[in-house]
Amino acid sequence: MAKVNIRNEIRFILNGEDVTLAKVAPDETLLDWLRLNRSLRGTKEGCAEGDCGACTVLVGKLSANGPVYESVNACIRFLGSLDGTHVVTVEHLRGEAGKLHPVQQAMVDCHGSQCGFCTPGFVMSLYGLWMKSPNPSNAAIEKALQGNLCRCTGYEAIMRAAHAISSYGKAAKDPLAVERKAITARLEAMHDGARVEIGAGKARLVVPANVDDFAAVLDKEPGATIVAGSTDVGLWVTKHMRDISPVVFIGDLDGLCTISEDKGVISIGAGVTYTEAFSTLAKRIAALGPLFDRIGGEQVRNMGTIGGNIANGSPIGDTPPPLIALGARLTLRKGKKRRTIPLETFFIAYGKQDRLSGEFVEAVHVPVPAKATKFAVYKITKRRDEDITAALGAFFLSLARDGTVADVRIAYGGMAATPKRASSVEKTLLGKPWTEQTVEAAMAQYATDFTPLTDMRASAEYRALAARNLLLRFFAETSGTRAPIQVSRHEAA
Amino acid sequence: MNKHATPNMKAQKIAGGVATDQRHDSAHKHVSGTAVYIDDMPEPAGTLHGCLGLSAAAHATITRMDLSAVRAAPGVVDVLTAKDVPGENDISPTGRHDEPVLADGKVEFFGQPIFCVIAETREQARRATRLAKVEYKELPFVTDIGALDPKKGKLVTPPLTLKRGDAATAIRQAPRRLKGKMRVGGQEHFYLEGHIAMAVPGEDQDVTIYSSTQHPSEIQHMVSHALGVPSNAITVEIRRMGGGFGGKETQGNQFAALAAIAAKKHRRAVKIRPDRDDDMIATGKRHDFLIDYEVGFDDEGSILGVDFMFAARCGFSADLSGPVTDRALFHCDNTYFWPAVHAQSAPLYTNTVSNTAFRGFGGPQGMVGAERVIDEVAFAVGKDPLEIRKKNFYGTSDRNITPYHQTVEDNIIQRIVAELEESASYARRRREISAFNANSRFIKRGLALTPVKFGISFTATHYNQAGALVHVYNDGSVHLNHGGTEMGQGLYVKVAQVVAEEFQIDLDQVKITATTTGKVPNTSATAASSGTDLNGMAAQNGARQIKDRLTDFAAEKYQVPRDQVLFLPNRVRIGNQEIAFADLVKQAYMARIQLSAAGFYKTPKIHWNRDKGEGRPFYYFAYGASCSEVSVDTLTGEYMVERTDILHETGRSLNRAIDLGQVEGGFIQGMGWLTTEELWWDERGRLRTHAPSTYKIPLASDRPKIFNVTLADWPEASEPTIHRSKAVGEPPFPLGMSVLHALSDAVASVADHKICPRLDAPATPERVLMAIERLKGEAKA
Repeated sequence: MAKVNIRNEIRFILNGEDVTLAKVAPDETLLDWLRLNRSLRGTKEGCAEGDCGACTVLVGKLSANGPVYESVNACIRFLGSLDGTHVVTVEHLRGEAGKLHPVQQAMVDCHGSQCGFCTPGFVMSLYGLWMKSPNPSNAAIEKALQGNLCRCTGYEAIMRAAHAISSYGKAAKDPLAVERKAITARLEAMHDGARVEIGAGKARLVVPANVDDFAAVLDKEPGATIVAGSTDVGLWVTKHMRDISPVVFIGDLDGLCTISEDKGVISIGAGVTYTEAFSTLAKRIAALGPLFDRIGGEQVRNMGTIGGNIANGSPIGDTPPPLIALGARLTLRKGKKRRTIPLETFFIAYGKQDRLSGEFVEAVHVPVPAKATKFAVYKITKRRDEDITAALGAFFLSLARDGTVADVRIAYGGMAATPKRASSVEKTLLGKPWTEQTVEAAMAQYATDFTPLTDMRASAEYRALAARNLLLRFFAETSGTRAPIQVSRHEAA
Repeated sequence: MNKHATPNMKAQKIAGGVATDQRHDSAHKHVSGTAVYIDDMPEPAGTLHGCLGLSAAAHATITRMDLSAVRAAPGVVDVLTAKDVPGENDISPTGRHDEPVLADGKVEFFGQPIFCVIAETREQARRATRLAKVEYKELPFVTDIGALDPKKGKLVTPPLTLKRGDAATAIRQAPRRLKGKMRVGGQEHFYLEGHIAMAVPGEDQDVTIYSSTQHPSEIQHMVSHALGVPSNAITVEIRRMGGGFGGKETQGNQFAALAAIAAKKHRRAVKIRPDRDDDMIATGKRHDFLIDYEVGFDDEGSILGVDFMFAARCGFSADLSGPVTDRALFHCDNTYFWPAVHAQSAPLYTNTVSNTAFRGFGGPQGMVGAERVIDEVAFAVGKDPLEIRKKNFYGTSDRNITPYHQTVEDNIIQRIVAELEESASYARRRREISAFNANSRFIKRGLALTPVKFGISFTATHYNQAGALVHVYNDGSVHLNHGGTEMGQGLYVKVAQVVAEEFQIDLDQVKITATTTGKVPNTSATAASSGTDLNGMAAQNGARQIKDRLTDFAAEKYQVPRDQVLFLPNRVRIGNQEIAFADLVKQAYMARIQLSAAGFYKTPKIHWNRDKGEGRPFYYFAYGASCSEVSVDTLTGEYMVERTDILHETGRSLNRAIDLGQVEGGFIQGMGWLTTEELWWDERGRLRTHAPSTYKIPLASDRPKIFNVTLADWPEASEPTIHRSKAVGEPPFPLGMSVLHALSDAVASVADHKICPRLDAPATPERVLMAIERLKGEAKA
């Protein structure tokens, strides 16, 4: 492997200013740094766990077409992960000739703030949306705001403001659009292909130069905490005050962030965020679109990765069950050695995965289901959006010509200590005609497959009942009923 | 806002008077991140930071508390325990001495503060807190009231009984009767800005505290007791809160007291900002209730007698549980006339955090009980619940005595409901929904229209007073201060509109200033929806005093009768000449006229005898109604609010834009309370829903898909309130009940509307599905 240069500082743009930091703690959050070190106190802490959005800022990542600005939660975004980005806070917003920015003026005129504490976060989320989509639909606005809580307004005034922004100015004339070329040049200059290493011992962080470098780094420091989107590790720090050093940040690593399709199999690099994966997956595997829209809020989707969701091994991660049902395989890598296993076998027990010391999840490979097959995934939560799964069921079905079940894979989250197949249910279905009678018989098998727990999200009884009923929903969906089978927020786009 | 703008001297109307739509005074600062909340203030050099150590047992004596590792941790300056409280170790707001600043030897809920780490940084304080070694001898505890007998359980404060007529006989003799039980959950405030206090020591015994509080005077008094110094040594200031909702009426006392104690001890500024989890664990919430009801009625659905028991989970101390449970009883009638009624409260002691004020203050829980009774009767007689509601409404000239013997003099609920029923096309949609449900196997729709009547005034009569301080500077600009606090509700701008109107000057000539105990003393909490009613009147009174002096001065100086001095927009007509308001002020100043006044107001007419359960606790009532339609997935219990129509009244509104925001926001918050917001304690008595990842308030995508909110343009307050407007803070909150009842209606469809679903709250998808299962089972049986 080519020798990589090492740099002992991170560099990024904060609003208008180039920032170089040689002293960065691995667990220092962007929010604390903004508020405490830079006295930029427009960005607020509401929850310190990425759920309320009061700390929303935009982070511009360099792409082939210049920076892509996305909303993120500064409270769980580590400072060390910002190398080579453009961080934009509410203080940077300005309109023409000393006026408020169109987003801000729309919020003022539509009475979109009451107590005002969540407001900078809403402004930033709406700003991110408006730059991409100057005249958004209700569905798009709601999606962009899933990660922003407001306790005062009931959101109606904010929705009115979101629709009104473009009547106050043009997105093309926004400072970030106007200065795009200059920003791109500055960001490109920062991307020198070096590995970043800062600190030692309990205060060490590394940003590898690329995926090969990551493999080398991890081989040497197998105990390092791997941080991609920090939507989980962020909480280890803010909530549990765990020491996470040494940390390897892999959020935007060359070679780890690609998504490609070959012979009907989509390969997703472990650094690909939910947002980046969305367009490909929603297009190729339609049922995943609505699921991805309900993972976290927009900020979490902009940070969190499918690789992280898998590697983390949580029994309530939203992507493993559908990927298992689709028959996905996982590539793990240690140094230069790779192995590819069925995703299902990666999850051994609660908190235990099939990952060796120094090994990391490199990519997941998802077969696109054949046209004649049926695939669905249903997530059940207390609150529809931005909520953690109580139970999630994913169903893959292939019928033989005679209408019998030729192949079926059913996987659940929230029902066991790991994402888990409903093997007895599947067995009952296999070879039988795909009828409601068959389905009813299979529903009786759920008790064999699962003994769910009671917790704050749902009782065991509810989980068992709702999970079982999802099979009936799947049957209804596949048998072409005309009556609605789910409550829906928006007509399908 | 241009500070040097010259007022328009020819205007027909001032800019920003009453009954105009004004933006929130801080809106431009909110959106640009320049509105300063306490954590945004520059910290004095050397500021220390505090973090609370919380108990890890629900009920226990502390056998050993080893804090040596905490003290030795990096950055730690001090660890406060109960013995460090120099004055009284008590912050009980009602003087019952049942709530220590720091627990002393005994803990009564999981999460009770037992020590407070003071360190150089907040991070150091948080990390050090975890190093404490505390051992407990656990005692029996009770977190849920389900197992308690409301008549025998330990109470935190004396219960209340309301009665009118002979309910027992009325129920016994009624053609039909039934009884049941309802559970309605509590609610976390989830103000976006958590609690915070920063104490800055002064000389002598002085300390200034910046506290995110709705009740600066109480913070002042509590800190003075805890420090053992007179109130005049303590100044409490608050410019704005990032939301309050009742959660900052009493719950800031602890943080303020600890910050002040540490600040005086170390002669350094001390800031305490608990993180979200600690805030949610260690501060009180809305009371959850178990409501037992028995009702007698006739075959037409006319209710003849009602008996209620409202048992509340109060937590380990009284806090505001007395007035909260009282208010539940005051609203157990909602908009209905109970010909004979008997209602009791049981404010039960539990080993949970002490529950507190929350928008509605027990009232919504009372109303939910009333609406359940209506539903039960409707199902029993086989009629649409709306018909039963209307049949039992208060009359206007008769059938208008409440269970507390106050006559409802201003009833407009019939017209509100009639107009809403029409505009929401209730009857047509009822038919459409029946047709839809007949053809939809899994998804069922439901519809409900529920009314609201909310009593306005503090039920503790003495709180119904307010003060204001108005200065007119000699350039004609006005400085306004009053006892009300701004938590987002738009109080500051509304009161400023009142003062602008009084002086007839543009709103931008009135400077709104931070609430401080140093300017207006002995204030009441900004609570009970009373902020504008009380402080608006006090400010108007202050402005009038100055205006009177200016009028006297002008009449004398220009030798015209007093009635020829007229305040016109930004100018004053004196006889047949007009001069700028600022010029008159300047002349008055030169003539040594006092241009400052302390305004005062106390609400007339109200009185309350709690022992007898009789009086007029409320100055007036505010009314509204909402109609919601939902769709429910009968396989999973998931649901969606398809449409909500609201008609609400705020009298002759001072600012319809602000009021509309209160109605929309109140409804959504009320809907959240009754749907997805669930507090959950585990078997050790630990609250496990203590952050937004586990506690789910509504999102933008939970709004009704169609949301039509109208402020009625015809009502006005029947009493001489401030410009005949009505309070708007709490009354819209129970509008969320229409969603609960629409869900119930959808559930009922699975048993052909023959069985009352008795859907409890919060109606999470789980509760909805379980109700569906129960109804399916009972329908089969």
